[in-house]
Amino acid sequence: MPITYTSQEQVEVYRFSIPVAIGISLLALFLQAFVPLRIGFFSVFDLPLLVVIFFALARRSPVSGLLTGAVIGLLQDALTHQPIGVFGIAKTVVGYGASSLGVKIDVENAASRFLVTLGFYIVHESVYFLIARVLVQLSLQWSWVHELTSALANAAMAVALFALLDRFKQRT
Amino acid sequence: MESVFGRYRNISILVGVLFLQVLGLAVQVKRNTDNKPTRLLRVWTVSAVSPFEKAIVWVQSGSSHLWHDYLYLRGVRQENRDLKAQIERLRLQEVRLKEDAEQARRLQVLLGFKEQYISQTLAAQVIGSCGSAQSRCVYLDKGTKDGLSPDMAVITADGIVGKVLRTFSSTAQVLLIDDQTSGVGAILEKSRLQGILRGTASGDVVLEKVMSDEQVQPGENVLTSGGDLVFPKGMPVGTVVSVDKGSESFLNIRLKPAANLAKLEEVLVITKKESKTPALADTGSARAVDILAQRLPSVPQQPATDPNAPPPPTNNLKITPAPASPAGSATGTNNSTVTVKPSQGIAGPVKPGTGTGSGTASQPKTAAPGATPAGVQPALPKPATPSQANSSVPAAKTATSKSVNSNPTPGSEASPQKNVVNSAGSSQNPQVSPAQPVAPKPQPITPPSPSEDKPH
Repeated sequence: MPITYTSQEQVEVYRFSIPVAIGISLLALFLQAFVPLRIGFFSVFDLPLLVVIFFALARRSPVSGLLTGAVIGLLQDALTHQPIGVFGIAKTVVGYGASSLGVKIDVENAASRFLVTLGFYIVHESVYFLIARVLVQLSLQWSWVHELTSALANAAMAVALFALLDRFKQRT
Repeated sequence: MESVFGRYRNISILVGVLFLQVLGLAVQVKRNTDNKPTRLLRVWTVSAVSPFEKAIVWVQSGSSHLWHDYLYLRGVRQENRDLKAQIERLRLQEVRLKEDAEQARRLQVLLGFKEQYISQTLAAQVIGSCGSAQSRCVYLDKGTKDGLSPDMAVITADGIVGKVLRTFSSTAQVLLIDDQTSGVGAILEKSRLQGILRGTASGDVVLEKVMSDEQVQPGENVLTSGGDLVFPKGMPVGTVVSVDKGSESFLNIRLKPAANLAKLEEVLVITKKESKTPALADTGSARAVDILAQRLPSVPQQPATDPNAPPPPTNNLKITPAPASPAGSATGTNNSTVTVKPSQGIAGPVKPGTGTGSGTASQPKTAAPGATPAGVQPALPKPATPSQANSSVPAAKTATSKSVNSNPTPGSEASPQKNVVNSAGSSQNPQVSPAQPVAPKPQPITPPSPSEDKPH
């Protein structure tokens, strides 16, 4: 199904209960930290990013989206050994962009979710590398092959994950 | 003004949130330490995540323990036999290496050389990772209350893993050696070239700062150099996989880490190191050959019997008459001296009274490695020297010669010299007295370990 432009009145805005919002975010962080130890290739996925995109697309509120991205990103930063804020900034931008895009287009179908996630993963990695290299002076290397492969994997994961998380949506 | 803010409310909030985070980043980068402002958030996050990780690891290890230790025991007996054989091999290897180590210590004493010893380690379980491909680190289930502190080395039996970066009350963050920000002083085992070990973005481990005009071959082992003051010198790091010409006249040496960093479960944290010059007392007077001799089968005293009596039947040995061995040979030609070489393990079953058991009498210098089945390593490379006869342990019991002086019983007569042929058909030329049975002298080996593993 193609991505269709809609007016703001036509799109539905969803909300989530506080326990669900917190629980899903923490679960994503937990799985991201725990599963790669057992399944090595799982580190390709960025579950916190997918959760940020999902909440942003569903709520369709830029402020809510950027705040969600900032909080989840900062928590993810706290688990790493790097300075806190690198993931925070990247996910803030993604949260804002995804919620702004969600207002304008229909993101309820699998194809649009796949493409949106693909694009925002690249945006996230670009912002992350920019911050890490310019501000934090980390010697990271950019690999297009690796980034595109990861983007495709995350987009595929997003289709399945978003369908699962749709069960927690509540109509406003 | 209010309408302008309302119109650009979203973008204003975005800019504000980004500005705050950039400001926070700048503060952290300027201080460049694990400072208090960010520590609180890290503590909260780790405290929120680690209990779940610990719980799952506990359940997982418990169920695995139940299954493997109580239910699924197929092949355990065979594995037990293999391990016992391996222990025997390692015992011999240990004694051989101990001799080399003693010699090295003596030289170090002469040179006033200080050496780092691992004096205490702490076993810990890996419960989680940092959750980012750009940040390669793991979390342990031990923290400050268990005695961990930053910059402690983390190792496995295979090789080094990383170092403790941050500690919390019950967890600790370990920076792996394949992280891009890590740096380990390393040295190539054969060529003794030193370099710095770093991780790459793709997760590889490379050895940097080795000049391109040096010769490095794939397959060469890499050890820690001790220059980073974190890892003790000489610990295995990995193996060279490929060598390419890098930039700035340095080689690009890619390594395969010795420890499997993708499948870490249990690790050891070196909690205490000692730097000291080996004392002469450490070298001791006990030589490796003496230690080994005490662990080998010996010849107990037996009452004298008729030497002309036929030997009792044995399964593995044929005793045939042999020409007299030259007097004063290395094996010792005392009338009551036998030369014994066990063939089935180092302490093979020897029935008292039979005088043979499964051991194969042999001459030490003709003992070939292939003549020791069950994977037993050949005896020590250095043969017994006459000076060893003066050691605290009787020279006849020294390891290499296996010439066991049986302390002749008064009144015993010299036995006729025999050629002993083992079941494999190899013929040696010792003197065997059938009246002097070979009995095992079991002595459990408790190798002195410099590290005191602290149970947890």
